[in-house]
Amino acid sequence: MAKARTSYLRSGLIHLALISYTLIALFPVFLTLVNSFKTRNAIFREPMAIPTPSTFSLVGYETVLKQGDFIGYFQNSLIVTVVSIALVLLFGAMAAFALSEYRFRGNLVMGLYLALGIMIPIRLGTVAILQGMVAAGLVNTLTALVLVYTAQGLPLAIFILSEFMRTVSDDLKNAGRIDGLSEYAIFFRLVLPLVRPAMATVAVFTMIPIWNDLWFPLILAPGEETKTVTLGAQMFIGQFVTNWNAVLSALSLAILPVLVLYVIFSRQLIRGITSGAVK
Amino acid sequence: MTDVPPTDALAIKRPFRWHILVFLAPAFLVYTAIMILPLVETLRLSLYNLVDGKTVFVGLNNFITLFSDPRLAANFWNALWNNLIFFVIHMLVQNPIGVALAAMLSVPKLRFATFYRTAIFVPTLLSFVIVGFIWKLILSPIWGIAPGMMDWVGLKWMFAPWLGKPESALITVSLISVWQYVGIPMMLIYAALLNIPDEVLEAAECDGITGWSQFWKIKLPLILPSIGIISILTFVGNFNAFDLVYTVQGALAGPDGSTDILGTLLYRTFFGFQNQMGDRSMGATIATVMFLIILAGVSLYLFVIQRRIRRYQF
Repeated sequence: MAKARTSYLRSGLIHLALISYTLIALFPVFLTLVNSFKTRNAIFREPMAIPTPSTFSLVGYETVLKQGDFIGYFQNSLIVTVVSIALVLLFGAMAAFALSEYRFRGNLVMGLYLALGIMIPIRLGTVAILQGMVAAGLVNTLTALVLVYTAQGLPLAIFILSEFMRTVSDDLKNAGRIDGLSEYAIFFRLVLPLVRPAMATVAVFTMIPIWNDLWFPLILAPGEETKTVTLGAQMFIGQFVTNWNAVLSALSLAILPVLVLYVIFSRQLIRGITSGAVK
Repeated sequence: MTDVPPTDALAIKRPFRWHILVFLAPAFLVYTAIMILPLVETLRLSLYNLVDGKTVFVGLNNFITLFSDPRLAANFWNALWNNLIFFVIHMLVQNPIGVALAAMLSVPKLRFATFYRTAIFVPTLLSFVIVGFIWKLILSPIWGIAPGMMDWVGLKWMFAPWLGKPESALITVSLISVWQYVGIPMMLIYAALLNIPDEVLEAAECDGITGWSQFWKIKLPLILPSIGIISILTFVGNFNAFDLVYTVQGALAGPDGSTDILGTLLYRTFFGFQNQMGDRSMGATIATVMFLIILAGVSLYLFVIQRRIRRYQF
Protein backbone atom coordinates (compact mmCIF):
# COMPACT_ATOMS: atom_id res chain seq x y z
CA MET A 1 0.00 0.00 0.00
CA ALA A 2 2.67 2.49 1.04
CA LYS A 3 4.62 1.72 -2.07
CA ALA A 4 1.61 2.28 -4.29
CA ARG A 5 0.92 5.62 -2.61
CA THR A 6 4.45 6.93 -3.12
CA SER A 7 4.31 5.89 -6.75
CA TYR A 8 1.05 7.83 -7.20
CA LEU A 9 2.66 10.82 -5.53
CA ARG A 10 5.70 10.50 -7.74
CA SER A 11 3.78 10.28 -10.99
CA GLY A 12 1.57 13.16 -9.83
CA LEU A 13 4.63 15.34 -9.31
CA ILE A 14 6.02 14.30 -12.69
CA HIS A 15 2.76 15.23 -14.39
CA LEU A 16 2.69 18.55 -12.58
CA ALA A 17 6.21 19.40 -13.72
CA LEU A 18 5.57 18.31 -17.29
CA ILE A 19 2.26 20.19 -17.52
CA SER A 20 3.89 23.37 -16.22
CA TYR A 21 6.65 23.15 -18.76
CA THR A 22 4.22 22.31 -21.55
CA LEU A 23 2.29 25.50 -20.71
CA ILE A 24 5.48 27.55 -20.85
CA ALA A 25 6.35 26.00 -24.19
CA LEU A 26 2.98 26.46 -25.82
CA PHE A 27 1.79 29.74 -24.32
CA PRO A 28 3.43 32.15 -26.81
CA VAL A 29 2.21 30.05 -29.74
CA PHE A 30 -1.30 29.95 -28.29
CA LEU A 31 -1.24 33.70 -27.78
CA THR A 32 -0.29 34.36 -31.39
CA LEU A 33 -2.85 31.98 -32.85
CA VAL A 34 -5.70 33.24 -30.65
CA ASN A 35 -5.04 36.91 -31.25
CA SER A 36 -4.70 36.50 -34.99
CA PHE A 37 -8.47 35.83 -35.06
CA LYS A 38 -9.49 38.97 -33.18
CA THR A 39 -10.23 42.58 -34.05
CA ARG A 40 -7.56 45.17 -33.45
CA ASN A 41 -9.29 46.60 -30.39
CA ALA A 42 -9.74 43.18 -28.81
CA ILE A 43 -6.08 42.34 -29.35
CA PHE A 44 -5.09 45.25 -27.15
CA ARG A 45 -7.91 45.24 -24.63
CA GLU A 46 -8.23 41.51 -23.94
CA PRO A 47 -5.04 39.85 -25.20
CA MET A 48 -5.65 36.64 -23.25
CA ALA A 49 -9.31 36.12 -24.23
CA ILE A 50 -10.51 33.52 -26.69
CA PRO A 51 -12.18 35.23 -29.68
CA THR A 52 -15.95 35.64 -29.19
CA PRO A 53 -18.46 36.34 -31.98
CA SER A 54 -18.20 40.08 -31.23
CA THR A 55 -14.39 40.18 -31.32
CA PHE A 56 -13.84 37.60 -34.08
CA SER A 57 -12.21 38.96 -37.21
CA LEU A 58 -10.28 37.59 -40.16
CA VAL A 59 -9.08 40.96 -41.37
CA GLY A 60 -5.43 40.07 -40.70
CA TYR A 61 -5.60 36.93 -42.83
CA GLU A 62 -7.30 38.84 -45.63
CA THR A 63 -4.44 41.33 -45.69
CA VAL A 64 -1.84 38.56 -45.68
CA LEU A 65 -3.42 36.49 -48.43
CA LYS A 66 -3.93 39.57 -50.61
CA GLN A 67 -0.28 40.52 -50.28
CA GLY A 68 1.67 37.33 -50.83
CA ASP A 69 1.58 33.85 -52.27
CA PHE A 70 1.90 31.93 -49.00
CA ILE A 71 0.89 28.60 -50.55
CA GLY A 72 3.67 28.91 -53.09
CA TYR A 73 6.15 29.82 -50.33
CA PHE A 74 5.02 26.78 -48.39
CA GLN A 75 5.60 24.50 -51.39
CA ASN A 76 9.11 25.89 -51.85
CA SER A 77 9.98 25.35 -48.20
CA LEU A 78 8.58 21.83 -48.30
CA ILE A 79 10.52 20.81 -51.43
CA VAL A 80 13.80 22.26 -50.17
CA THR A 81 13.43 20.71 -46.71
CA VAL A 82 12.38 17.22 -47.79
CA VAL A 83 14.98 16.83 -50.55
CA SER A 84 17.77 18.14 -48.32
CA ILE A 85 16.85 15.80 -45.45
CA ALA A 86 16.76 12.79 -47.79
CA LEU A 87 20.21 13.60 -49.16
CA VAL A 88 21.68 14.33 -45.74
CA LEU A 89 20.38 11.05 -44.30
CA LEU A 90 21.55 8.89 -47.22
CA PHE A 91 24.99 10.45 -47.71
CA GLY A 92 25.49 10.98 -43.99
CA ALA A 93 24.67 7.41 -43.01
CA MET A 94 26.93 6.02 -45.74
CA ALA A 95 29.88 8.13 -44.62
CA ALA A 96 29.19 7.44 -40.94
CA PHE A 97 29.17 3.71 -41.66
CA ALA A 98 32.47 3.90 -43.54
CA LEU A 99 34.07 5.82 -40.68
CA SER A 100 32.74 3.73 -37.81
CA GLU A 101 33.02 0.30 -39.43
CA TYR A 102 36.29 0.15 -41.32
CA ARG A 103 39.83 0.79 -40.29
CA PHE A 104 41.70 2.32 -43.20
CA ARG A 105 44.51 4.75 -43.68
CA GLY A 106 43.20 8.28 -43.20
CA ASN A 107 40.13 7.24 -41.21
CA LEU A 108 40.85 9.60 -38.31
CA VAL A 109 41.81 12.43 -40.66
CA MET A 110 38.65 11.94 -42.72
CA GLY A 111 36.53 11.88 -39.56
CA LEU A 112 38.05 15.12 -38.31
CA TYR A 113 37.73 16.69 -41.75
CA LEU A 114 34.03 15.86 -41.95
CA ALA A 115 33.50 17.00 -38.33
CA LEU A 116 35.04 20.41 -39.06
CA GLY A 117 31.73 21.48 -40.52
CA ILE A 118 29.96 21.11 -37.17
CA MET A 119 31.92 23.95 -35.72
CA ILE A 120 32.08 26.39 -38.60
CA PRO A 121 28.92 28.12 -39.68
CA ILE A 122 28.60 27.63 -43.41
CA ARG A 123 27.55 31.28 -43.50
CA LEU A 124 31.15 32.37 -43.13
CA GLY A 125 31.65 31.24 -46.71
CA THR A 126 28.59 33.03 -48.06
CA VAL A 127 30.42 35.35 -50.44
CA ALA A 128 32.31 32.49 -52.09
CA ILE A 129 29.16 30.34 -52.18
CA LEU A 130 27.26 33.12 -53.91
CA GLN A 131 30.06 33.52 -56.46
CA GLY A 132 30.01 29.78 -57.13
CA MET A 133 26.23 29.68 -57.52
CA VAL A 134 26.34 32.62 -59.93
CA ALA A 135 29.01 30.84 -61.96
CA ALA A 136 26.93 27.65 -62.03
CA GLY A 137 23.77 29.57 -62.97
CA LEU A 138 21.94 28.32 -59.86
CA VAL A 139 20.95 31.65 -58.32
CA ASN A 140 17.22 31.86 -57.67
CA THR A 141 16.76 28.11 -57.92
CA LEU A 142 15.73 25.69 -55.19
CA THR A 143 18.69 23.50 -56.22
CA ALA A 144 21.09 26.08 -54.80
CA LEU A 145 19.33 25.93 -51.43
CA VAL A 146 19.24 22.12 -51.46
CA LEU A 147 22.97 21.93 -52.14
CA VAL A 148 23.84 24.39 -49.38
CA TYR A 149 21.57 22.72 -46.84
CA THR A 150 22.86 19.25 -47.70
CA ALA A 151 26.43 20.42 -47.14
CA GLN A 152 25.36 22.17 -43.93
CA GLY A 153 23.54 19.13 -42.52
CA LEU A 154 26.09 16.44 -43.37
CA PRO A 155 28.75 17.02 -40.68
CA LEU A 156 26.36 16.81 -37.74
CA ALA A 157 24.53 13.85 -39.29
CA ILE A 158 27.80 11.97 -39.74
CA PHE A 159 28.91 12.82 -36.20
CA ILE A 160 25.69 11.65 -34.53
CA LEU A 161 25.17 8.61 -36.76
CA SER A 162 28.70 7.31 -36.31
CA GLU A 163 28.32 7.65 -32.52
CA PHE A 164 25.23 5.45 -32.78
CA MET A 165 26.72 3.04 -35.32
CA ARG A 166 29.56 2.28 -32.92
CA THR A 167 27.00 0.75 -30.59
CA VAL A 168 25.73 -1.73 -33.20
CA SER A 169 27.07 -5.11 -32.23
CA ASP A 170 30.07 -6.37 -34.21
CA ASP A 171 28.87 -9.96 -33.86
CA LEU A 172 25.79 -9.17 -35.91
CA LYS A 173 27.78 -7.66 -38.77
CA ASN A 174 30.31 -10.47 -38.72
CA ALA A 175 27.49 -13.01 -38.79
CA GLY A 176 26.20 -11.25 -41.89
CA ARG A 177 29.62 -11.43 -43.50
CA ILE A 178 29.85 -15.15 -42.78
CA ASP A 179 26.44 -15.56 -44.45
CA GLY A 180 27.93 -13.98 -47.56
CA LEU A 181 26.29 -10.57 -47.43
CA SER A 182 28.14 -7.83 -49.30
CA GLU A 183 29.26 -4.75 -47.39
CA TYR A 184 26.46 -2.79 -49.07
CA ALA A 185 23.87 -5.32 -47.93
CA ILE A 186 25.26 -5.22 -44.40
CA PHE A 187 24.89 -1.44 -44.42
CA PHE A 188 21.42 -1.22 -45.96
CA ARG A 189 19.83 -4.34 -44.46
CA LEU A 190 21.48 -4.81 -41.08
CA VAL A 191 22.86 -1.52 -39.84
CA LEU A 192 20.41 1.07 -41.19
CA PRO A 193 17.33 -0.53 -39.61
CA LEU A 194 19.16 -0.65 -36.26
CA VAL A 195 20.07 3.03 -36.26
CA ARG A 196 16.57 4.18 -37.23
CA PRO A 197 16.01 6.07 -33.97
CA ALA A 198 19.19 8.01 -34.62
CA MET A 199 18.11 8.63 -38.23
CA ALA A 200 14.78 10.05 -37.06
CA THR A 201 16.58 12.28 -34.58
CA VAL A 202 19.00 13.48 -37.24
CA ALA A 203 16.08 14.13 -39.61
CA VAL A 204 14.38 16.39 -37.09
CA PHE A 205 17.59 18.23 -36.26
CA THR A 206 18.37 18.69 -39.94
CA MET A 207 14.87 19.90 -40.67
CA ILE A 208 14.77 22.71 -38.11
CA PRO A 209 17.61 24.94 -39.33
CA ILE A 210 16.64 24.36 -42.96
CA TRP A 211 12.99 25.23 -42.51
CA ASN A 212 13.79 28.28 -40.40
CA ASP A 213 16.73 29.64 -42.34
CA LEU A 214 16.43 33.22 -43.43
CA TRP A 215 19.96 33.87 -44.59
CA PHE A 216 20.42 31.71 -47.66
CA PRO A 217 16.93 32.21 -49.13
CA LEU A 218 17.56 35.95 -48.82
CA ILE A 219 20.92 35.76 -50.57
CA LEU A 220 20.63 32.83 -52.97
CA ALA A 221 16.92 32.68 -53.82
CA PRO A 222 15.09 35.92 -53.00
CA GLY A 223 12.91 35.78 -56.14
CA GLU A 224 9.13 35.59 -55.79
CA GLU A 225 9.18 32.13 -57.44
CA THR A 226 11.62 30.60 -54.95
CA LYS A 227 10.76 32.44 -51.72
CA THR A 228 10.44 30.21 -48.65
CA VAL A 229 7.86 30.64 -45.89
CA THR A 230 10.36 32.13 -43.45
CA LEU A 231 11.57 34.72 -45.93
CA GLY A 232 8.01 35.52 -46.98
CA ALA A 233 6.93 36.04 -43.35
CA GLN A 234 9.98 38.13 -42.53
CA MET A 235 9.46 40.46 -45.50
CA PHE A 236 5.80 40.73 -44.63
CA ILE A 237 6.52 41.65 -40.99
CA GLY A 238 8.98 44.26 -42.20
CA GLN A 239 6.30 45.93 -44.31
CA PHE A 240 3.41 45.74 -41.85
CA VAL A 241 5.08 46.34 -38.47
CA THR A 242 2.24 48.42 -37.06
CA ASN A 243 -0.59 46.33 -38.49
CA TRP A 244 -0.85 43.84 -35.62
CA ASN A 245 -3.69 41.87 -37.16
CA ALA A 246 -1.68 41.25 -40.29
CA VAL A 247 1.55 40.47 -38.45
CA LEU A 248 -0.09 37.99 -36.05
CA SER A 249 -1.85 36.30 -38.99
CA ALA A 250 1.40 36.07 -40.96
CA LEU A 251 3.11 34.54 -37.92
CA SER A 252 0.26 32.05 -37.51
CA LEU A 253 0.49 31.06 -41.15
CA ALA A 254 4.22 30.52 -40.75
CA ILE A 255 3.67 28.41 -37.61
CA LEU A 256 0.82 26.19 -38.83
CA PRO A 257 2.62 24.32 -41.65
CA VAL A 258 5.52 23.51 -39.29
CA LEU A 259 3.10 22.18 -36.71
CA VAL A 260 1.34 19.99 -39.28
CA LEU A 261 4.65 18.73 -40.66
CA TYR A 262 5.85 18.01 -37.15
CA VAL A 263 2.73 16.11 -36.12
CA ILE A 264 3.15 13.88 -39.19
CA PHE A 265 6.86 13.58 -38.59
CA SER A 266 6.68 12.96 -34.85
CA ARG A 267 4.68 9.74 -35.44
CA GLN A 268 7.63 8.51 -37.50
CA LEU A 269 10.04 9.79 -34.90
CA ILE A 270 8.30 8.01 -32.06
CA ARG A 271 7.91 4.79 -34.01
CA GLY A 272 11.59 5.02 -34.95
CA ILE A 273 12.65 5.59 -31.37
CA THR A 274 10.58 2.80 -29.87
CA SER A 275 10.79 0.07 -32.52
CA GLY A 276 14.36 0.64 -33.54
CA ALA A 277 15.83 0.42 -30.08
CA VAL A 278 18.24 -2.48 -29.96
CA LYS A 279 16.98 -4.73 -27.24
CA MET B 1 27.12 -5.50 -22.09
CA THR B 2 30.77 -5.23 -22.99
CA ASP B 3 33.27 -2.42 -23.21
CA VAL B 4 34.17 -1.42 -26.73
CA PRO B 5 37.76 -2.46 -27.34
CA PRO B 6 39.87 0.64 -28.09
CA THR B 7 40.78 -0.63 -31.56
CA ASP B 8 39.31 -3.44 -33.64
CA ALA B 9 41.89 -6.11 -34.29
CA LEU B 10 41.19 -6.56 -37.99
CA ALA B 11 43.96 -4.67 -39.78
CA ILE B 12 45.10 -7.45 -42.07
CA LYS B 13 46.44 -6.85 -45.59
CA ARG B 14 43.64 -7.10 -48.10
CA PRO B 15 42.72 -5.90 -51.62
CA PHE B 16 41.63 -2.29 -52.09
CA ARG B 17 38.21 -1.91 -50.55
CA TRP B 18 36.18 0.05 -53.09
CA HIS B 19 33.08 0.07 -50.94
CA ILE B 20 34.76 2.43 -48.47
CA LEU B 21 35.27 4.92 -51.30
CA VAL B 22 31.69 4.49 -52.49
CA PHE B 23 30.35 5.07 -48.97
CA LEU B 24 32.43 8.19 -48.45
CA ALA B 25 32.40 9.83 -51.88
CA PRO B 26 28.97 11.55 -52.05
CA ALA B 27 29.23 13.17 -48.63
CA PHE B 28 32.86 14.11 -49.20
CA LEU B 29 32.23 15.76 -52.59
CA VAL B 30 29.16 17.82 -51.64
CA TYR B 31 30.72 18.87 -48.36
CA THR B 32 34.05 19.87 -49.87
CA ALA B 33 32.61 21.82 -52.79
CA ILE B 34 29.86 23.73 -50.98
CA MET B 35 31.29 24.13 -47.51
CA ILE B 36 35.03 23.72 -47.17
CA LEU B 37 36.28 25.55 -50.27
CA PRO B 38 34.20 28.70 -49.58
CA LEU B 39 35.34 28.62 -45.94
CA VAL B 40 38.98 28.31 -46.95
CA GLU B 41 38.42 31.32 -49.20
CA THR B 42 37.16 33.24 -46.15
CA LEU B 43 40.17 32.28 -44.02
CA ARG B 44 42.44 33.32 -46.89
CA LEU B 45 40.68 36.66 -47.09
CA SER B 46 41.62 37.44 -43.47
CA LEU B 47 45.26 37.68 -44.59
CA TYR B 48 44.47 40.19 -47.34
CA ASN B 49 43.29 43.76 -47.33
CA LEU B 50 42.51 46.56 -49.73
CA VAL B 51 45.47 48.91 -50.20
CA ASP B 52 44.95 51.68 -52.74
CA GLY B 53 42.00 49.80 -54.23
CA LYS B 54 43.96 46.58 -54.74
CA THR B 55 43.74 43.41 -52.68
CA VAL B 56 47.19 42.65 -51.31
CA PHE B 57 48.65 40.15 -48.88
CA VAL B 58 49.10 41.82 -45.49
CA GLY B 59 49.99 38.86 -43.28
CA LEU B 60 48.64 39.18 -39.75
CA ASN B 61 48.07 42.93 -39.96
CA ASN B 62 44.29 42.53 -39.86
CA PHE B 63 44.56 40.63 -36.57
CA ILE B 64 46.91 43.25 -35.13
CA THR B 65 44.39 45.94 -36.10
CA LEU B 66 41.52 43.98 -34.53
CA PHE B 67 43.26 43.71 -31.17
CA SER B 68 44.95 47.14 -31.07
CA ASP B 69 42.40 49.53 -32.57
CA PRO B 70 40.59 50.86 -29.46
CA ARG B 71 37.07 50.75 -30.93
CA LEU B 72 37.42 47.38 -32.66
CA ALA B 73 39.12 45.76 -29.68
CA ALA B 74 36.50 47.07 -27.24
CA ASN B 75 33.70 45.77 -29.48
CA PHE B 76 35.39 42.42 -29.85
CA TRP B 77 36.00 41.80 -26.14
CA ASN B 78 32.50 42.97 -25.31
CA ALA B 79 31.04 40.54 -27.85
CA LEU B 80 33.24 37.68 -26.65
CA TRP B 81 32.30 38.28 -22.99
CA ASN B 82 28.59 38.47 -23.83
CA ASN B 83 28.90 35.29 -25.87
CA LEU B 84 30.49 33.54 -22.92
CA ILE B 85 27.60 34.56 -20.64
CA PHE B 86 25.17 33.43 -23.35
CA PHE B 87 26.85 30.01 -23.38
CA VAL B 88 27.01 29.67 -19.57
CA ILE B 89 23.27 30.42 -19.29
CA HIS B 90 22.55 27.71 -21.85
CA MET B 91 24.69 25.15 -20.05
CA LEU B 92 23.21 25.96 -16.64
CA VAL B 93 19.57 26.29 -17.67
CA GLN B 94 18.89 24.62 -21.01
CA ASN B 95 20.78 21.36 -20.62
CA PRO B 96 19.74 20.47 -17.04
CA ILE B 97 16.11 21.22 -17.91
CA GLY B 98 16.48 19.11 -21.06
CA VAL B 99 17.90 16.16 -19.11
CA ALA B 100 15.25 16.49 -16.39
CA LEU B 101 12.42 16.56 -18.93
CA ALA B 102 13.84 13.53 -20.75
CA ALA B 103 14.23 11.63 -17.48
CA MET B 104 10.61 12.34 -16.53
CA LEU B 105 9.33 11.45 -20.01
CA SER B 106 11.12 8.13 -19.98
CA VAL B 107 9.41 6.96 -16.79
CA PRO B 108 7.74 3.68 -17.85
CA LYS B 109 3.97 3.74 -18.50
CA LEU B 110 3.74 7.51 -18.06
CA ARG B 111 0.43 8.67 -19.52
CA PHE B 112 0.38 11.47 -22.09
CA ALA B 113 4.17 11.18 -22.52
CA THR B 114 3.80 11.51 -26.28
CA PHE B 115 1.73 14.64 -25.89
CA TYR B 116 4.22 16.29 -23.52
CA ARG B 117 7.15 15.44 -25.72
CA THR B 118 5.44 16.75 -28.83
CA ALA B 119 4.35 19.97 -27.12
CA ILE B 120 7.67 20.75 -25.48
CA PHE B 121 9.47 20.33 -28.79
CA VAL B 122 7.21 22.81 -30.61
CA PRO B 123 9.24 25.99 -29.85
CA THR B 124 12.34 24.36 -31.32
CA LEU B 125 10.56 24.09 -34.65
CA LEU B 126 9.74 27.77 -34.88
CA SER B 127 11.91 30.13 -36.84
CA PHE B 128 13.80 32.98 -35.21
CA VAL B 129 11.57 35.38 -37.08
CA ILE B 130 8.56 34.00 -35.23
CA VAL B 131 10.19 33.49 -31.84
CA GLY B 132 11.83 36.90 -31.84
CA PHE B 133 8.65 38.68 -32.77
CA ILE B 134 6.37 36.81 -30.36
CA TRP B 135 8.62 37.41 -27.37
CA LYS B 136 9.10 41.03 -28.27
CA LEU B 137 5.32 41.39 -28.21
CA ILE B 138 4.90 39.47 -24.95
CA LEU B 139 7.60 41.39 -23.11
CA SER B 140 6.54 44.72 -24.55
CA PRO B 141 5.12 47.10 -21.93
CA ILE B 142 2.73 48.42 -24.61
CA TRP B 143 0.82 45.18 -25.09
CA GLY B 144 1.09 44.35 -21.42
CA ILE B 145 0.94 40.54 -21.51
CA ALA B 146 3.90 40.02 -19.21
CA PRO B 147 3.01 42.70 -16.63
CA GLY B 148 -0.63 41.56 -16.75
CA MET B 149 0.33 37.98 -15.97
CA MET B 150 2.71 39.00 -13.22
CA ASP B 151 -0.12 41.04 -11.72
CA TRP B 152 -2.12 37.81 -11.27
CA VAL B 153 0.54 36.41 -8.97
CA GLY B 154 1.20 39.74 -7.30
CA LEU B 155 4.60 40.29 -8.84
CA LYS B 156 3.78 43.26 -11.02
CA TRP B 157 6.32 45.45 -9.21
CA MET B 158 9.05 43.14 -10.51
CA PHE B 159 8.20 43.79 -14.13
CA ALA B 160 10.61 45.88 -16.14
CA PRO B 161 11.16 46.31 -19.87
CA TRP B 162 13.84 43.64 -19.67
CA LEU B 163 14.79 43.74 -23.33
CA GLY B 164 15.34 47.48 -23.17
CA LYS B 165 17.65 47.57 -20.15
CA PRO B 166 21.37 47.00 -20.71
CA GLU B 167 21.76 44.98 -17.50
CA SER B 168 18.95 42.51 -18.19
CA ALA B 169 18.74 42.38 -22.00
CA LEU B 170 21.41 39.70 -22.49
CA ILE B 171 19.92 37.40 -19.86
CA THR B 172 16.45 37.85 -21.36
CA VAL B 173 17.64 37.05 -24.88
CA SER B 174 19.54 34.01 -23.56
CA LEU B 175 16.45 32.72 -21.78
CA ILE B 176 14.35 33.17 -24.94
CA SER B 177 16.97 31.09 -26.74
CA VAL B 178 16.83 28.48 -23.95
CA TRP B 179 13.03 28.40 -24.25
CA GLN B 180 13.36 27.76 -27.97
CA TYR B 181 16.07 25.11 -27.87
CA VAL B 182 15.40 23.02 -24.77
CA GLY B 183 13.77 20.43 -27.06
CA ILE B 184 17.08 19.40 -28.57
CA PRO B 185 18.82 18.12 -25.43
CA MET B 186 15.48 16.64 -24.36
CA MET B 187 15.14 14.58 -27.55
CA LEU B 188 18.76 13.41 -27.65
CA ILE B 189 18.75 12.34 -24.00
CA TYR B 190 15.32 10.76 -24.38
CA ALA B 191 16.53 8.62 -27.29
CA ALA B 192 19.61 7.66 -25.29
CA LEU B 193 17.50 6.69 -22.25
CA LEU B 194 15.22 4.53 -24.42
CA ASN B 195 18.27 2.74 -25.78
CA ILE B 196 19.21 1.45 -22.34
CA PRO B 197 18.18 -2.23 -22.39
CA ASP B 198 15.50 -3.35 -19.96
CA GLU B 199 17.77 -6.13 -18.68
CA VAL B 200 20.19 -3.57 -17.29
CA LEU B 201 17.41 -1.77 -15.45
CA GLU B 202 15.88 -5.04 -14.25
CA ALA B 203 19.25 -6.14 -12.95
CA ALA B 204 19.54 -2.83 -11.12
CA GLU B 205 16.09 -3.30 -9.62
CA CYS B 206 17.02 -6.79 -8.44
CA ASP B 207 19.92 -5.19 -6.64
CA GLY B 208 17.48 -2.75 -5.03
CA ILE B 209 18.60 0.26 -7.04
CA THR B 210 15.46 2.17 -8.01
CA GLY B 211 14.11 5.66 -8.54
CA TRP B 212 16.59 8.47 -7.96
CA SER B 213 19.60 6.36 -7.24
CA GLN B 214 18.86 4.30 -10.36
CA PHE B 215 18.96 7.49 -12.41
CA TRP B 216 22.23 8.72 -10.88
CA LYS B 217 24.04 5.37 -10.68
CA ILE B 218 22.82 3.49 -13.76
CA LYS B 219 21.23 5.76 -16.33
CA LEU B 220 23.40 8.84 -16.04
CA PRO B 221 26.70 7.02 -16.70
CA LEU B 222 25.08 5.32 -19.70
CA ILE B 223 23.88 8.59 -21.25
CA LEU B 224 27.14 10.48 -20.62
CA PRO B 225 28.20 10.25 -24.28
CA SER B 226 24.93 11.94 -25.25
CA ILE B 227 25.42 14.65 -22.63
CA GLY B 228 28.87 15.19 -24.10
CA ILE B 229 27.37 15.59 -27.55
CA ILE B 230 24.74 18.10 -26.42
CA SER B 231 27.36 20.13 -24.54
CA ILE B 232 29.54 20.48 -27.59
CA LEU B 233 26.53 21.20 -29.81
CA THR B 234 25.47 23.93 -27.38
CA PHE B 235 28.95 25.40 -27.41
CA VAL B 236 29.19 25.47 -31.18
CA GLY B 237 25.63 26.71 -31.61
CA ASN B 238 26.07 29.51 -29.10
CA PHE B 239 29.33 30.77 -30.56
CA ASN B 240 27.72 30.80 -34.01
CA ALA B 241 24.48 32.35 -32.81
CA PHE B 242 23.24 35.40 -34.62
CA ASP B 243 19.62 35.16 -35.72
CA LEU B 244 17.80 35.53 -32.41
CA VAL B 245 19.74 38.60 -31.32
CA TYR B 246 19.28 40.00 -34.81
CA THR B 247 15.51 39.51 -34.86
CA VAL B 248 14.93 40.63 -31.25
CA GLN B 249 17.43 43.46 -30.84
CA GLY B 250 18.45 44.29 -34.41
CA ALA B 251 21.92 44.30 -35.96
CA LEU B 252 23.19 46.86 -33.43
CA ALA B 253 22.46 44.33 -30.64
CA GLY B 254 21.26 47.03 -28.27
CA PRO B 255 20.69 48.51 -25.87
CA ASP B 256 24.18 49.95 -26.00
CA GLY B 257 25.80 46.80 -27.35
CA SER B 258 24.75 44.80 -24.29
CA THR B 259 23.48 41.84 -26.36
CA ASP B 260 26.24 42.00 -28.97
CA ILE B 261 27.69 38.54 -29.55
CA LEU B 262 30.32 37.41 -32.04
CA GLY B 263 27.76 36.59 -34.72
CA THR B 264 26.18 40.05 -34.73
CA LEU B 265 29.60 41.70 -34.56
CA LEU B 266 30.68 39.67 -37.58
CA TYR B 267 27.53 40.59 -39.46
CA ARG B 268 27.95 44.31 -38.85
CA THR B 269 31.62 44.25 -39.71
CA PHE B 270 31.22 42.11 -42.81
CA PHE B 271 28.17 43.68 -44.40
CA GLY B 272 28.22 47.12 -42.80
CA PHE B 273 25.36 48.73 -40.97
CA GLN B 274 23.87 52.21 -41.17
CA ASN B 275 26.79 54.60 -41.66
CA GLN B 276 29.45 51.98 -41.02
CA MET B 277 30.94 50.57 -44.24
CA GLY B 278 31.14 46.82 -44.77
CA ASP B 279 34.70 45.54 -44.46
CA ARG B 280 35.23 42.12 -46.00
CA SER B 281 38.77 41.69 -44.73
CA MET B 282 37.99 42.65 -41.14
CA GLY B 283 34.85 40.51 -41.31
CA ALA B 284 36.93 37.58 -42.47
CA THR B 285 39.38 38.30 -39.64
CA ILE B 286 36.63 38.13 -37.01
CA ALA B 287 35.29 35.00 -38.70
CA THR B 288 38.75 33.47 -38.41
CA VAL B 289 38.98 34.33 -34.70
CA MET B 290 35.54 32.76 -34.15
CA PHE B 291 36.76 29.72 -36.01
CA LEU B 292 39.81 29.44 -33.74
CA ILE B 293 37.72 29.81 -30.56
CA ILE B 294 35.33 27.09 -31.68
CA LEU B 295 38.20 24.90 -32.85
CA ALA B 296 39.75 25.16 -29.39
CA GLY B 297 36.51 24.13 -27.69
CA VAL B 298 35.84 21.23 -30.03
CA SER B 299 39.44 19.96 -29.77
CA LEU B 300 39.13 20.00 -26.00
CA TYR B 301 36.03 17.84 -26.33
CA LEU B 302 37.39 15.43 -28.95
CA PHE B 303 40.85 14.90 -27.51
CA VAL B 304 40.30 15.23 -23.76
CA ILE B 305 36.68 14.70 -22.78
CA GLN B 306 35.44 12.22 -25.36
CA ARG B 307 38.40 9.90 -24.77
CA ARG B 308 37.55 9.64 -21.09
CA ILE B 309 33.90 8.74 -21.63
CA ARG B 310 33.28 5.00 -21.56
CA ARG B 311 30.99 3.65 -24.25
CA TYR B 312 28.92 0.50 -23.99
CA GLN B 313 27.61 -1.90 -26.59
CA PHE B 314 24.33 -3.63 -25.88
